This record gives sequence, C-alpha cells and structure tokens, in this order.
Amino acid sequence: MKNEETVLSEREKILARVREALKIPAHVPGAHGTAPLPASAHSPAADARSWLPKVGDSFAEQLALFQSTAAELKAEVQMVASRDAVKAALAKMASDGNWKRIATHKGELTDFATADLGLPICRTEGGYDVQEMEACDAGITECDALVAQTGSVLVTSLSAGGRGLSVLPPHHVVIARREQLVADLPAAFALVQKKYAPHFPSMISFITGPSRTGDIERILVLGAHGPKKLTILCF
Amino acid sequence: MSTFASQFLKQARVMTADLRHRKIIRTALTNYEIVRDKRKGAFQSWESARQAAAETKWEAVNHLDKYLVELVSKLEARGTKVHWASTGAQASEIILQIVRDKQARSVIKSKSMTSEEVHLNAALEKAGLEVVESDLGEFIMQLRDEPPYHIVFPSMHLTRGEIKDLFQRELGDAPSDSPEELTMVARRALRKKYLTADIGFTGANFAIAETGMISITENEGNARLTSALPKTMVSLLGIEKVLPRLEDLALFLPMLATAGTGQALTCYNTMYGGPRQPGESDGPEEFHVILLDNHRTELLADAEQRDALHCIRCGACLNACPIFRNVGGHTYATTYSGPIGSVITPHLRGLQDWKHLSNASSLCGGCTEACPVKIDLHHHLLQNRRNAATEEPAFFERSLYQIFGFVANRPALWAVAKKLGRFGQPLQNLVKGTALDPAKAWTQTRDLPPMPKESFKDWWQKRKG
Repeated sequence: MKNEETVLSEREKILARVREALKIPAHVPGAHGTAPLPASAHSPAADARSWLPKVGDSFAEQLALFQSTAAELKAEVQMVASRDAVKAALAKMASDGNWKRIATHKGELTDFATADLGLPICRTEGGYDVQEMEACDAGITECDALVAQTGSVLVTSLSAGGRGLSVLPPHHVVIARREQLVADLPAAFALVQKKYAPHFPSMISFITGPSRTGDIERILVLGAHGPKKLTILCF
Repeated sequence: MSTFASQFLKQARVMTADLRHRKIIRTALTNYEIVRDKRKGAFQSWESARQAAAETKWEAVNHLDKYLVELVSKLEARGTKVHWASTGAQASEIILQIVRDKQARSVIKSKSMTSEEVHLNAALEKAGLEVVESDLGEFIMQLRDEPPYHIVFPSMHLTRGEIKDLFQRELGDAPSDSPEELTMVARRALRKKYLTADIGFTGANFAIAETGMISITENEGNARLTSALPKTMVSLLGIEKVLPRLEDLALFLPMLATAGTGQALTCYNTMYGGPRQPGESDGPEEFHVILLDNHRTELLADAEQRDALHCIRCGACLNACPIFRNVGGHTYATTYSGPIGSVITPHLRGLQDWKHLSNASSLCGGCTEACPVKIDLHHHLLQNRRNAATEEPAFFERSLYQIFGFVANRPALWAVAKKLGRFGQPLQNLVKGTALDPAKAWTQTRDLPPMPKESFKDWWQKRKG
C-alpha cells in the first residue's frame, strides 16, 4: 500500500486543482448572464414530486397503481386478505414451483410465513454458505416499502436478509404489509432517512421487477443474472 | 490532419455505406425513442425536471470541493477506504495494489465506462488476473475483444446470429439464436464466476455526499451480485459523480432510466454506504472507493464548458445524434462517443488530436434537446472548433478567410470576382468532383448551387436607374 503521505497528497492535489478551477464562476443552466447561485440547503430536486409521474392521493388509487405498474414490469402481485392467507399462498407457491429448498432471513413475517412449509431452509443471519443459497429455489424476504409510482420494492441489507438473498435464488418472494405502500420515490427516500439515519444499512436497493436485459437486439429477457421471478405477497 | 482525424474520416466513409449496420441501429433506436417518449410523457413536467436536474448538478459541480470532502468523510466513517487518483494509471495501480494485498486471482466486474477510460482490464490481465465482465453486453464485447459500441447498449450493433456464433466459438455453448437462450448461456457461465471471484469491481452512477454512498443503476442484477458475494468490493468513479443529497436520487434515478433506456425506473437502483456492517449477514469485508480526476479538473477549469461535467452518461445524446447513428460508436475511437464524447474527449485527450470530432456534427441541436441535465452540447462543439482554431490556426483556412475579407471589403474587386465566378462555374462543372476540381471536398457529395445570372446589387442598381 502507498504510504499515508502520498495518499493524502493526491487528495490535496486534486482538491487544490478543483478549488483553482472553481475560481472562475460558471453560469447556472438556463440562466445565462445572471450571477451564480450560492450553495443552498434547499435542493431543486426537493420539488421533484410536482414533476415526476403523477400518483393518486388515496390509498386505493396508490394500491391500484402499484399493482398495474408491477404487473407491467412482469412482477407478480398477490393481494391476500390476512396474515394467515400469506402462509397458504406461500405453501401453494412452494408446491406449484416444486420447491426443494428455500432461503430466508430472521424476521417477524418471514418466520411466520415459512414456519410450516416443511422445507429445508438456508438462513442468512450470522452468515451463510453461498453455494447452499445458490441451490435454493426461492429467496423469501421482507421489505422496507412498496413504491406505488414505480412498482418497486425497497429492500435494505437489514430488512431483507443481506445483499445476496434478494438476487441469488431464481425466485424472489417479498412479504409485505399493505401499510408499507408509499406513494412515490421522494416518500421512499424520506422513509429511508427517517428509519435509518445516520446508521444506514450498507445496501439500500429499489427492486423494480425481476432481473432483465435487453442487450441482445434490445429484446427483453427476464432473469439475466438475478431472479427470473419476483412475487410480492401483500396482506 | 491528425492520424485520429484521418482514421475517423476513413472509418466514417466505410460505416455510412454499410446499410446493414445503419438498419440495425435505426431499428434499435427507433424502438428506444418510442418507449422513451412514452416515459417522458408520464412526467408531469419533463422540462421542469430537466431544469431541476441541471441546477442540482450545477450546484454539485460548482461546489465540488465541498461535496467531495463531505462524501469522503461520510464514506470513511462507515469503514470504507477512499483512494484518490489523478490519472488513469494511478487508478489502475491502486486497484493492482489491492489485488496484491488480497492475493486475488480473479475479478468480477459490473459495467463501468470509467474503467474503460483507464483501460483497467488490460492492466489487470497484464498482472495475470482473470477479469470477467458480468453485464451481458459487456460480456459479449469482452468475448469479441472489442470496446463497447455504446455507453449504455454495449453490443447494440450485433445481431442474435452473430452472438450465437460468438458463444459457440468462445464458450462452446449456444443452443439456438433465441435471445432468451443466449442470455441463459451467459447466466450459467457467469454464476460460477460470482461465487468464486476474489474481488467485485463496479463503477457508479452517482455518489451521495450527504450520506456517503455510491449509487449503481442496472437491469440485470449483475452489480448486485458483484457487490454481494466477493470479499472485497472496489468501485471506481469520476469526481464529478457526486450529488449533494440522498433525496436528489428521487429525481435522478427516474430521469436516468427514462433518458437512458426508456424505462420508468431501471430494475435495480442500489446505494452502497460501506462494507458489511455489524449485524448484517453478508457483503464485502472491505469496500474501496477510488475517486478519479483524469483531466476532469481541466474541464472544470473551463467555465464555459463546465456543464459537460453534469453528464450522467445516459447516452440520450448518442441516440439522438444523426452522426452517431450513421458512423456508429466505434468510428469515434474514444471511450465516450457521440456528442458528449466529442465535447469532452478534446479535454481528456488533447484538443488538436480530437478537434475533428467537433466537426462531426450537423449542429442540429438534437443532443442538447435530448440531454436530461441540459448540457449545452452543440454550442460546446462550436466552442471546441473556435478554441482549436485560436490555439493553432490552420494555414489554408486562415489564408482563405483573409483573402475573402480583403476582396469583400473592396467593391471593385468584389465585382471582378463575381464576374470571374460566373465565368468559372461552368468550367468547374466540367471537372466537378474529380481531382482537378478545386472545390472537390464539397462537390464530391453535394451540388454547388449555380450562381444567379444577375446579382441582387446589379438588379437593384438597374431598378433605381
């Protein structure tokens, strides 16, 4: 490793070049001829909600938008009536998908839902064997939020059993409560701030549909590297 | 003319005559335009969003020192090791040093144009490492031993048949030419690599100063796996990637997806704030972030073109550019092609060698209009032309304008020149487009409009009299 001094000096050299360069002010975009804006605490992006795609105000509208958007993205949304119905829905998925082994993490919903499946479980808490998880038919996780605007699932390394569980097995099943639905991306980021700041999980991820690629003739193929199937089981 | 310029002209002639290539690109980009316009239409105001994005980037870039310091202190507070590199060679050396420390033998990479810029793969392979690109398009291009064709769609110029033949030849595994089956071939081949790679390497789309995170946008899940499984994670990013606040992503993520691929949101948008934290079940033990200058501060010093550092690498200007669509990505012979490449390459690699790219433009302004962060691209192309001519005037060009100026300022001489022109043009027509034609460069591919029998001035004088 380079010694501390050279590392520091490279940092100082770059920062010195940046400061030298910034001595000449540049015009604000779209405002030629006016004085540059001072650094401000208010971000122009803070008003994003008024420009981003519209989301209805009522819960029913938001839920309908989430369902239609997720379906368009080829994610499967199953709305069930109760907590107990989650168990039944998961058992049906397991038998339909002929699951032999599943992976999950410790959590109130995941523990409850997977308790009676009767399948070998690869658990992530405290670390896991990647080969073993790779051999699982499904990864079952909780989440932080569902985003109506984009049909996304917000997961973090704390809420969803780490980084690998939601991408390594071929089928990702998310168990969520209706109350976890938020309207849009600004609301989702606000939730992350409120829930975690300043001790953020090391990974925060918006999952928007199952893994996909269009790198061959721009034709959509699901399951490029991550899950081929994404199911959101919501009660 | 520089070698780069003559190479560009030569290649451009070949590519523009390649109708098959033009058809592939036109089809792909027409489909892109349809979905992108649909997504833009879903915004309540795409134009306001552009203005806000431009102002946010302006704030970040014009207070870059402040936000870099904040980013780094936040990253380090969570146990991330931050490195600074003034040049591409330094960046490669830092990564090689990490490789040596970890005694690593293999690296799995997710898509990073910045790593193309510093020629990282070549440096790692020279050191005896196995380097595998995990993004499907990049994987295909690596097998072909070619640089990416487009910054977002690396293999858009290839047909499924060509990819099938490539997989058959290089992997011995290509059941058919269906995109589905070919994708599964890559999935199988790369799965093993994720599980065994010592180092996971990524780029970054944004860096958040406020919370000390990098943000990676992708569709395939390859970056997610790259940053989940190997014990060491290394991310390389240009210093201009910084955004002030986490909430800024609420605007930038959907805008990048819309402008880049015509999606409302890309499949995986992930923020990484450190190595595995206490209480987490996986993730790398070490997380290294390398901040790269590589001439970015020179571009920063050009206040006129500083907004070129606002670029979020969505590729929208490439897709809009009539030159890119006809000459293709590889003709540029640069890491960043299309209008943004033509603007920044002279700053990154030398104005005189790369000024020709600023002439490879119809100045239609399509790029500026397509840019989600409102970079004034086509004016920057003009500024590059001006700067190149001021710095090193071309003798013939300058003489021509001096002679023109001399004649145009003297009415008597001008009248003679007009007569000569009217007399000369029919003669020129006899040799039009041949080696004898003094206006060959123009008339080879275009018609010189015939001079009118009577000039406006003559007509006006006659009318008065």
